Amino acid sequence: MKIVGLSGSKVGSKTRTAMNYTVKSLAEKYPDTEVTVIDLAEYDVQFSDGRNYMEYEGDTGFVTQTIMEADAIIIGTPIFQASIPATLKNIFDLLPVDAFRDKVVSMLVTAGSAKHYLIAEQQLKPILAYMKAQMVQTYVFIEEEDFYRKEIINDDVFFRIERLVEDTVVLTETFTKIREEKEAQYDF
Amino acid sequence: MNNLMEKYGINPRDGIEFGIYTLGDHLPNPITGERISAEERIHEIIDYAKLADQAGIDFFSVGESHQEYFATQAHAVVLSAIAQATENIKIASSSTIISTSDPVRVYENFATIDLISKGRAEIVAGRASRIGLFDLLGYDVRDYEALFEEKFDLLRKINEEEVVNWSGEFRAPLKNAKVLPRPRNGSIPIWRAVGGTRASAIKAGFAGAPMFMAHLGGPASMFKGTIEAYREAARSKGFDPAELPVATAGFFYAAETSQQALKDMYPHINEGMKRTNGQGFPKQHFAQGIDPHNVMNIGSPQEIIEKILYQHELFGHQRYIAQIDFGGVPFDRLQKNIELIGTEILPAIKKYTAKK
Repeated sequence: MKIVGLSGSKVGSKTRTAMNYTVKSLAEKYPDTEVTVIDLAEYDVQFSDGRNYMEYEGDTGFVTQTIMEADAIIIGTPIFQASIPATLKNIFDLLPVDAFRDKVVSMLVTAGSAKHYLIAEQQLKPILAYMKAQMVQTYVFIEEEDFYRKEIINDDVFFRIERLVEDTVVLTETFTKIREEKEAQYDF
Repeated sequence: MNNLMEKYGINPRDGIEFGIYTLGDHLPNPITGERISAEERIHEIIDYAKLADQAGIDFFSVGESHQEYFATQAHAVVLSAIAQATENIKIASSSTIISTSDPVRVYENFATIDLISKGRAEIVAGRASRIGLFDLLGYDVRDYEALFEEKFDLLRKINEEEVVNWSGEFRAPLKNAKVLPRPRNGSIPIWRAVGGTRASAIKAGFAGAPMFMAHLGGPASMFKGTIEAYREAARSKGFDPAELPVATAGFFYAAETSQQALKDMYPHINEGMKRTNGQGFPKQHFAQGIDPHNVMNIGSPQEIIEKILYQHELFGHQRYIAQIDFGGVPFDRLQKNIELIGTEILPAIKKYTAKK
C-alpha cells in the first residue's frame, strides 16, 4: 500500500509538525506501508497550466506522479483566510478531474481559531468528492494551543491522529478488497 | 437532396457511412509486453486501410499526435501512402491540428493527397486534446482558441477561394495568393473535430462546419444533447442544420459474443489509456459498454448493428467512425473485425438506413 502524506502549505510549521506525528504513527502501526511525505514547502511546484499531469517536469512532475501512484493520501492543511491555502488548491488543479478514483483520502487540519472547524467540511470535502475520492469522513482538527515549539502537547490530538491513521489504512484495505472482488466478477 | 450535403461527399440516400479511424498510437501489446517497430506500425496502418477499402468500408482516417507512444506525427505523409494503396475509400485526418500548423501547407498536402487518391481526401481539423505540441512547434498555449479559430477560418477560405486575400494575427498576410494544387473537385470536405463537449459542438455549429464528434463512453442520449446543441447553434447563425453532416467516432470491437469482445479489447484500452493519458479505463465503465444504450460499439455483430441503428435514430448522423486499434491490438484481430464489418455489419446498417 502506497500512502502519500501531503503537507499543503509553504507557510508555518504546524501542519508539517502534525504530519510528522501522523507519518510516525503510520510507520509504527503499519510498517509494511510505503509512505512518502510531500511537504509543499520543500518543492518548487508551478501553477497548473492545463496540461496532462504526466507532462509536468521537475518538482511538479514528481509531486503529481507520486500522488497519482498512491493508494491513499493523507492531506494536511492549514486554514488561511477561511479557506485552504492556494498551494494545496493548485495540487488539485494540476490533477485530472477524477484523480482520486480508487483512492482513499483523509485529512488533518491545523488552524489558528476554532471558528475554522467547518472549513474542511465545506470547502475541502466537496473538492475531494468531485475528484472521486473515498473519504475518511472524520478529520483531525488541531488548534494553535495544541502546539508548543513544534511539538504537539495535547494527548487527545495523539489519539485522534492514531484513529485517523487506522481509519485511512483500514478503509484503503477495505476498498481495495471490494474493488478486487467486484472486478473478479467481470470475466474480462 | 440538398447540394451542400453532397458537397461534403455525403449522400444520405446511400444510408449511413461507416468509417475507421486510428490515432496512430504505437503502444506495446499489453498481453505480450512487446511493441512492434514504428516502421512495422506504419505499414500496419497502411495495410489496415487497404483491408478496409477491400471490405467496402466508406472512410479511413489517421490522427496527428506528437507525444510518446504515437507513430503518425506526419499523418499527411501516411495518408498519401494510403491514397496510393487504396481504390475507393475516402481518406482523411483525425485530426489535423490546425492550430499549430500553417493552413497553406496543410491545404497543399491534402489537395495533393486528393489528386493522388483521385478525389477521396477530406480534412478533419482539430485543436489538440494535449498541449505538448505547442512547445514542440513553437506556439503559446494561451493562444489555444484564437489560433484554432483563425487558422480554421483560413483553411476554409483557401478551400473556397482560388485567389486568397487574407490577414490575421498568427501568420503573414496573403495577397492574391494562389494555393496550389487545387483538389480534383475544386474543394474538399473540411470537418471540425469536437471532443464531445457541448461547448465545442456549439462553436462548430456557429462556424457552420460539419462536425466530427469523438466520444469515449456513456449513454448515447447524452451525446444527442451535444448534437442538438450543434444544430441549434448552426441555425442561430443562419445555417441549415439539414445541410451539415455529423460524424461520430468512438471505441468499437466486434467478436462472436459481447463477453468475448470485452475480454479481447479491455486490456488494450486500459493499458493504452494508462500510458497515454495517465489513468486506466475503469472496468465498471467498460462493462457498461455492451449495453444497447451505451455509445461504445462493443459486442457481437448483431448487437453492434442494433446499437448503430439506435444511435442513428437518436443522432440522425451521416457517418460513424470506429476506433478499433488502440493500445497495441494485434493485426489479426483488426483483420477479423474488418471481416465482420464488411460481411455482416456494413450491409445491415446500409440496408436499414438507406432512403428508398
